[in-house]
Amino acid sequence: MADTKDPTGSSKAKWLVVAVPYLWSAIFFLAPFFIIVKISLSQTAIAMPPYMPQFKDLATAWDAVRQFSLDNYVFLTEDPLYIAAYLSSLRIALISTLLLLAVGYPIAYGMARAPKGVRNVLVMLVILPFWTSFLIRVYAWIGILKPEGLLTMLLQALHIFGPDQQLKIFNTETAVFIGIVYSYLPFMVLPLYAALEKMDHTLLEAAADLGCPPLQAFWKITFPLSLPGVVAGCFLCFIPIVGEFVIPDLLGGSGTLMIGKTLWAEFFNNRDWPVSSAVAVVLLIILVVPIVIFQNQQKKL
Amino acid sequence: MSKLGLRALGAAAGLTVALISGAQAEDKVVNVFNWSDYIDQSVLDDFTKETGIKVVYDVFDSNDILETKLLAGGTGYDVVVPSAEFLARQIQAGVFQKLDKSKLPNLVNVWPDVAERLAVYDPGNEYAVNYMWGTTGIGYNPDKIKAIDPNAPVDSWKILFDPETVAKFKSCGIYVLDAPEELIPAALNYLGKDPNSKDSADIEAAGELLKSIAPNIQKFNSSEYINALANGDICLAVGYSGDVLQARNRAAEAKNGVTVAYSVPKEGAKLFFDNMAIPADAPHPEEALAFINFILKPEEIAKSSNYVSYANGNLASQKFIDPAILNDKAIFPDAETMKHLYGISPYDPKSQRVLTRVWTSVKTGM
Repeated sequence: MADTKDPTGSSKAKWLVVAVPYLWSAIFFLAPFFIIVKISLSQTAIAMPPYMPQFKDLATAWDAVRQFSLDNYVFLTEDPLYIAAYLSSLRIALISTLLLLAVGYPIAYGMARAPKGVRNVLVMLVILPFWTSFLIRVYAWIGILKPEGLLTMLLQALHIFGPDQQLKIFNTETAVFIGIVYSYLPFMVLPLYAALEKMDHTLLEAAADLGCPPLQAFWKITFPLSLPGVVAGCFLCFIPIVGEFVIPDLLGGSGTLMIGKTLWAEFFNNRDWPVSSAVAVVLLIILVVPIVIFQNQQKKL
Repeated sequence: MSKLGLRALGAAAGLTVALISGAQAEDKVVNVFNWSDYIDQSVLDDFTKETGIKVVYDVFDSNDILETKLLAGGTGYDVVVPSAEFLARQIQAGVFQKLDKSKLPNLVNVWPDVAERLAVYDPGNEYAVNYMWGTTGIGYNPDKIKAIDPNAPVDSWKILFDPETVAKFKSCGIYVLDAPEELIPAALNYLGKDPNSKDSADIEAAGELLKSIAPNIQKFNSSEYINALANGDICLAVGYSGDVLQARNRAAEAKNGVTVAYSVPKEGAKLFFDNMAIPADAPHPEEALAFINFILKPEEIAKSSNYVSYANGNLASQKFIDPAILNDKAIFPDAETMKHLYGISPYDPKSQRVLTRVWTSVKTGM
């Protein structure tokens, strides 16, 4: 009798294990999300915190709920600024993700094909930049890209640039792309590496034996097998880039329109928490669509 | 262990506890949130030496950041320094506690004229004491400007707002404050309208003027122009009087051959007041009052004025201020200039939205 397990006990334990991530999501995602939704339905006011209505107690809660309105969402559609900012963010995120894939794939492939002993060192090197603050690394790019910065000095020393010629990258969208590709590269490389490392290389040998040229073998075998890594890497990069604020603020010019900066202006310049909450909710909805696609993809693969 | 030994141990333990609690009692702090480049560090050292209160000093470069933090509450700051029109709105929102004037004996030193102007925003001067004040005008590099146009109107807003004039200086670099509450009133004033107008059409007209000159502006930023002027990276900036003069001093110290000058445009400029106040939820209100009282000491505030080149709201401090600063009309404007200076009343949420929207449009073209 000692080796028979109590079936109800084990299913209870199973439920507990399953419940932990749900509980985590409920506390750290759903609860804050509902607070944001609630604020997005209120109106701005000169108060602390600066919006109305506020829930003081249960007795007046219903009155407060009745004051909720969708005005802020209507407002977002009335001013072309917001739609332009969303579209501009999506465009920048899409281009950045494609650049990241183009740069990250060869790196991950090289890592996966390296001798076993070297691989861990290479993974370490990819993670190493995280030891320095992200903010300091982005600041360092200002020093590199500014007109009288390191890159200009290097180009002048190599006589590619004349003594009066200066790089005009800083404060432009190009600088934003450089900053994003640099900052997000590990998030692209690591999932790709994980997928490529698992691959069975005898498949490529078999393809070669059967007369398949290497490039065709790559597209027919390697790439399809690495697809889960490609999808994971792309979403890990695309989703946070859409809401990116720090990089466009530090490296971009005042003309770089991104939803993160628009949200900042609503929150800090207008002190309009309700509209900035509405901007955030819409941003979330825009991002939920790719996340759902991502999850369906994962089920298929 | 003998009884004596035990007793000795007990005494030692007691002493240790006494020392620790003593250290805690001494570990008094005041958390100050002030504008960047706005104090002489030695003033903070003197304060700690005299009172034993440690100063945790943090800085901001925009009223917006300060106000957002204050409205969210629980900032942990004990003394904050908002500008007058922001102060007025924050008082209305219930951000501050009234000052216990019995704890501020040095209030006798305040400059009544300044207190009177501040009372427009803080009736009865109940919540705030003026720290420093100044004007928003034009900082420039005389050598670079003259090399381009010897007759450049450096004493007029024309140098920024006249499209033909400003275009001449695009190549040598122009920075402008990233603060619509400074630039929109300046543009309104230049257009001959009331700088204080909250009318949407007026704000939009000012925005159109700013948009027409925006392509000539290298950067909208509220703190980087000090170093940019001092290093000779730019030749023209719209900035706060004291900041421009700090740039002048830094360039002189660095002996890099860069000269910087400041002018209050003849059409008029904004007069601003930055004021010390205590948030209602400040964790150390007693220490905050001690800090404000210390800043009100004539010789201490004079030290900061000498260092940062801003006028202060302390009449008694004037005999400690460097005559070169006291007699500098860019810092202490004369009565004639004062007539052209204007103050700005707070923006209500509706006009604030128009203001920010117009400003976004100026910066991004959207």
